Amino acid sequence: MANDKENVTRRKFLREGLWGACLAGAGTAAGLSVARNNRDNTVWQIDPFKCIACGNCATYCVLELSAVKCIQAYALCGYCDLCTGYLVPEPKALDTGAENELCPTGAIERTFVEDPYYEYSIDEALCNGCGKCVKGCMVFGNGSLFLQVRHDRCLNCNECAIAAACPAQAFQRVPADRPYLLKEVEPLE
Amino acid sequence: MTRFACITAFAVALLVPCLQVRGDLRFPPPEFESGYQFPQAPPPPMPRPVLYEYAEAVLLVAALLLASYLILRRRSRRAIFVLMLGALFYFGFWRQGCICPIGAIQNVTLTAFDNSYAIPLAAAAFFVIPLVFTLFYGRVFCGAVCPLGAIQDAVLIRPVRVPGWLESGLRLLAYTYLGAAVLFAALGGAFLICRYDPFIGFFRLSGNWNILMLGTSLLVIGLFVGRPYCRFLCPYGVILRHLSRLSKQRVTITPNECIKCRLCEDACPFGAIREPTEDWPEGEYKIAKRRLALFLVLVPVLIAAGGWAGYSLKDRFARVHPTVRTAERIYLEETGQVAGTTDVSDAFRATGQTSALLYREATGIRNQFAAGGALLGAFVGFVAGGKLVVLSVRRRRTDYEADPASCLACGRCYKYCPKEQERWKKTRSMGAAR
Repeated sequence: MANDKENVTRRKFLREGLWGACLAGAGTAAGLSVARNNRDNTVWQIDPFKCIACGNCATYCVLELSAVKCIQAYALCGYCDLCTGYLVPEPKALDTGAENELCPTGAIERTFVEDPYYEYSIDEALCNGCGKCVKGCMVFGNGSLFLQVRHDRCLNCNECAIAAACPAQAFQRVPADRPYLLKEVEPLE
Repeated sequence: MTRFACITAFAVALLVPCLQVRGDLRFPPPEFESGYQFPQAPPPPMPRPVLYEYAEAVLLVAALLLASYLILRRRSRRAIFVLMLGALFYFGFWRQGCICPIGAIQNVTLTAFDNSYAIPLAAAAFFVIPLVFTLFYGRVFCGAVCPLGAIQDAVLIRPVRVPGWLESGLRLLAYTYLGAAVLFAALGGAFLICRYDPFIGFFRLSGNWNILMLGTSLLVIGLFVGRPYCRFLCPYGVILRHLSRLSKQRVTITPNECIKCRLCEDACPFGAIREPTEDWPEGEYKIAKRRLALFLVLVPVLIAAGGWAGYSLKDRFARVHPTVRTAERIYLEETGQVAGTTDVSDAFRATGQTSALLYREATGIRNQFAAGGALLGAFVGFVAGGKLVVLSVRRRRTDYEADPASCLACGRCYKYCPKEQERWKKTRSMGAAR
C-alpha cells in the first residue's frame, strides 16, 4: 500500500515536471520569436530586377484576379511611338486598334504627348498581372514597366502561391513598412 | 533637374526604397518641349497595419477563454457549437484562413533555421497561445476555435466507428506530415502545410482545383468519419494530443462520478471514449508479453529502416528546393540531354551566375536533405514502433473516460451521461426557484 502511494507521487512528480517543461518550452519559443522579430510584419514583393515576366503571376495567385499589377515608371519610359510593351510584334499599324495591342485586357492607355512621343499608363483595375507588356518593354525597351504586388489586394498568404511557382525566385518577404521595390532612375550627382 | 528633384521628393515622401537603374537606357527619356509633366501616381496602397495582428491574437485568446469556459464549466454542446460556427466564420471565411496555428509550425521552424527570417508576431502568437491553453484545459482549441476543425465538425451527420488499430495506424500519417513539414520548412523554405491546406479554398471561395477536390473529398469522408483531417492528418494536432495528456483540466464525460451505465459508449464520433478494462485474461497474458517483447526489439529496427528509407529519398526531397530544381535543369541542358530552355533556366542565365557555383550550392542542399531525410525516416520509424508498443500494452481503467489525447473537446458526450442529466435538472430547478 505504502509502495503504491509512493508510486503515485513519483508519477505525479514526473507529470508536473514534464508539464512545467512544456510550458517553459512554449514560453521559450515565444520569447525567441519575439526577440528575433523586427517588430513589424513582412509582406510579399517582387524584385523587378529578378523578374523575367513569365506570366505565372496572373495564374498562380489564389485570388481570381491576381494581386500582382503592372507599374509604369514614367521617368524611365522612352515614350516611344513603337512601344514594344504596348504593341504586338510587327503590328498592322501604330495605333490604338485592339488587334495591335499586346495587353490581353486592354489595360494600357496610350495618349499622345507631342510628336513623336506617347505616354503609356496602366489602368490597374483591368491589369491581370500577366506581364506580357513587362516582357516586351524589358526585352526591347527601357524596362520602365514592371510588376509589383499591390497590398490593397494581396492576402499576404503565409506561403505565397506565386512565390512557390516563380521560376526566377523573384518573390521575397519585405518589411511591411517598406512594402514596394520600385524601379527609379539614379539621381544625378 | 526639376524632374530629378521631383522624383527624389516623391520617393522620400513615400519612404520606399527605390531600386536604381544603372547603365544607360536604350531610349533616353525625351526632353519634352510642350511642358509635359510626369503624371503623379497616387502612393501605392500600404498593407494592413500591424495593429490588426495584435487584435487578432487578442481575439484568439478571448475565443479560447470562452471555449474553455463553455467546454469545462458550462458543459453545453449547443453553446460550444455556436462558438465553433463563430470561429469558422471569423477565422475561416472572414480572415480567409491565414494565419492559422497549423501553418505557424513552419514559421517557427523557419525562425529556428534561417537567421534572416523575421517571424510575424501573429504567427508566433498563433503557434504558442493554443499550446498554452492545451496545457491548462486540454484541446479546447480543436473543439471550438479551429476553423479547419469546425468546417468538418459541421458536416458530420452519420459517424461510423473506426477500429482502434486502424485509427492508430492512420494517425501515423499526421506524424509523417508534421515531420515532413518541419523538414521542408527548415531546409527548403517550402511550406507544405500551406500548399496542401485542404479547406483554404473554401474559406477564400477560390483556389487550385486539386486542393478544392482534396477538400471536397475530405468533407465527403467527414460526413461519416468524424473530422478526418484532425484525426489522421493534422500536424498541429500531433503536438496538441501529447500536450493534452499533461493538461491540468480536461473534458470529463460525467460531471461527478461514473456509474458505468454504458450509455456514453457510442457517443463519441471520434472514438475517444475509453471503456473500463481489466488486466489481460490469464491465457492471453503470456502471448501479450511475448508480443510486447517482440515489438520492443522491433523499435530500433523500424528506426533504422525508416532512416535508410528517408536517406534514399534524399534526391526526391531535395527537389522541393528551387535551387536544386534549377541546378538539375541547367545540368540537363548543359550536358545536352534536353533541348530548349525553360523559364527556370532562362531566369538563371539572366542572373549571370556560373553553373559551377549553382552546382556546388545544390550539392550542399542535397547533403542537408540526406541528413534531414534520414532523421525524418527515423522519426517515422520511431513513432510506428512506439505505436505498436503502446497498442500491445493494456492499461487498467475503472471508469468510462475521454482519452485526453484523442478527445477533441466537442462536448457531444455530455448529454449521454445520466449524472449530467441529473445535474442539469438540479441547476434548472435552482434557476426556477430563484
